[in-house]
Amino acid sequence: MDLRYSETDEAFRAELRAWLARALPDLPSPPARDDWPARVRFDTNWQRFLYDAGYAGISWPKEYGGRDASPSEQLVFLEETTRARAPYVGVNFVGTLHCGPTLIAEGSDAQKTAHLPKILKGEEVWCQCFSEPDAGSDLAGLRTRAERDGDHYVVTGQKVWCSFGHIGDFGELLVRTDPDVPKHRGITWLILPMDLPGIDVRPIETVLGSSEFCEVFLDEVRVPVENRVGDENDGWRVTNVTLSFERGTAFVSEMVDALRMAEELAPDVHDPTERRELAHVVAELDALWALTKRNVSQAARDGSPGQGAFMLKLAYSEARDRLGELCMRVLDRAAFDVHDERVEERLRTLSIPIAAGTSQIQRNIIGERVLGLPKEQPWAKVP
Amino acid sequence: MNFDLSEDQLALRDGIRALCRGRFTSERIRKGFDQAMHEELESTGVFSLRADGFGWAEAAITFEELGRAVVPGPLVWTHLAHGVADGTISGLARPEPGAAAFIEHLVTADVIAVLDDDGVSLVPTDAIREAAALDWPLDPLTPVHRVEALPAGERVAGADVAAMWRRGGGVLTAAFQIGMAQACTDAATEYALARRQFDRPIGSFQAVKHLLADMVVRAEVARAAVHAAAVTLDDPGVCDLDRVLAGARLLAAEAALKNAKSSMQVHGGMGFTWESDVHLFLKRAWVLNTAFGSANEHADALAARL
Repeated sequence: MDLRYSETDEAFRAELRAWLARALPDLPSPPARDDWPARVRFDTNWQRFLYDAGYAGISWPKEYGGRDASPSEQLVFLEETTRARAPYVGVNFVGTLHCGPTLIAEGSDAQKTAHLPKILKGEEVWCQCFSEPDAGSDLAGLRTRAERDGDHYVVTGQKVWCSFGHIGDFGELLVRTDPDVPKHRGITWLILPMDLPGIDVRPIETVLGSSEFCEVFLDEVRVPVENRVGDENDGWRVTNVTLSFERGTAFVSEMVDALRMAEELAPDVHDPTERRELAHVVAELDALWALTKRNVSQAARDGSPGQGAFMLKLAYSEARDRLGELCMRVLDRAAFDVHDERVEERLRTLSIPIAAGTSQIQRNIIGERVLGLPKEQPWAKVP
Repeated sequence: MNFDLSEDQLALRDGIRALCRGRFTSERIRKGFDQAMHEELESTGVFSLRADGFGWAEAAITFEELGRAVVPGPLVWTHLAHGVADGTISGLARPEPGAAAFIEHLVTADVIAVLDDDGVSLVPTDAIREAAALDWPLDPLTPVHRVEALPAGERVAGADVAAMWRRGGGVLTAAFQIGMAQACTDAATEYALARRQFDRPIGSFQAVKHLLADMVVRAEVARAAVHAAAVTLDDPGVCDLDRVLAGARLLAAEAALKNAKSSMQVHGGMGFTWESDVHLFLKRAWVLNTAFGSANEHADALAARL
């Protein structure tokens, strides 16, 4: 057990800190929440900026524009960018945090060459097309059909909760390629160019009054077979690779950010009971950061974040919710103004126990995969 | 940085675990702490670990395993006092003037260590022979005597040592608590797999499964906090020591208590009986929450550092 960062890590920290100190003051201020063209511009410019400075894709392979650095340097990057209040990954979330890692693990050479450098340079925005209206928490129950027609899959169906669907250049798309086998075995993972004919995207307004995600309707969309990631009907396995990144690593920077928010809230918390509550949340977030380090150590040894990912997601969701509620109480009537960063965060983080698998689904997975408890019902057929 | 347990630490953990499994069965634990138990723990090196060249991290790993078996005895105090006093040592923080002192394991102890802000004192058990035993202590495995006025004793160490004991004692108590939290999860899981209702194991029902999932996560998060605290005690440059210590105490105490209660819930009526071990974990959790600072004190200490 060693929590000390190595000399290499600390050298990287010093260099990054110096760069951030120079780079951040010249950055334009972030755009309004609902000005999507401006948000895309701001976030992709920042991504390009990181890329040019050599800080995009810290742990990605060098040949695709990454830095090929250690997982601990990735943690240092998160700590320092958060501390310096650098921009959030924003619209590059899906591309950099789960589609990119999935392509690195499962994509063909052609797919990696075509997409990875562009994701890192901020030239491609990705969106997620996983969920469906009738298959929310039962993700594998999806019905969007893909039928093979020569060199193409012809895709028809409907997706929902597609993060960044309205601005994405490409989507990570799950389709059913074989309806006659148990539901987990007939799924295929496709790269969907969002400009193909037959795609209709309709934004959904969230409780924030903005549109982070969309409904996507697919009507006989012809997706080239070469866009398939992994084998036909092997998409559930690939999906689990994606989900392990989504649950295991994608929100780690948020976790650091929550800790920063908790520390910044401290001077405003005067009630002794609320101060104890804040202490409790901070203890949890500190522990989750330590757990992240443990998962990273384990991933370095075993090659994947393993079961720790589900635990992190669940524990973080609950800690974040407590922090959000505490913020609202501390702000009192000042919380009437949704422009306050903390109020906006409270509304946004309502989605955390729902997104990327609800807390109840995480508990099922932990119960079944970690503790070996039986399933409540055997897996059903395709609906 | 590698936050995994090292090969040596894994070997130590497995060794202590095997010892506990073989030697400290439920049947024996229920008879309480005695001289034979003390000697076995002593010969295993539980009390002399740090004098033998190991750190707080290894001591925490050891106490985590003792907690899994909910081994009784003034183990933390005897470990802290190693090199200062011989034999079995119990201890406590000196109560406020006028307040009664509750002393654990007085009968098996050779001497009582008392912590205050200025240092550590030793009170011979002879000096408190008049103390009254609680005829029904909360934790049946933690006998308690009540002393109206605790003698001053002999000062054997200064404020630095007292502060170190307070921190180290906190980490070892927290380590013991996460072992208990884990044991509660394991026992409840085993029961949920074996116990059938409505034609299937109760562990297949989401209502039960979710209780168990929360238990495993609570123990895992608390373990990360406790290990971080232990590592920081060995190497104070790593984190803010008092912050990480307070956090570990808060989470470990909560994990031991909540997991014991959840374990009782999963065990149903059986869990509420004297013959199941569940109540031993729950009662010890309450007892340990009064050692080396309460949850409120730790929360206040952490908040003060923000």
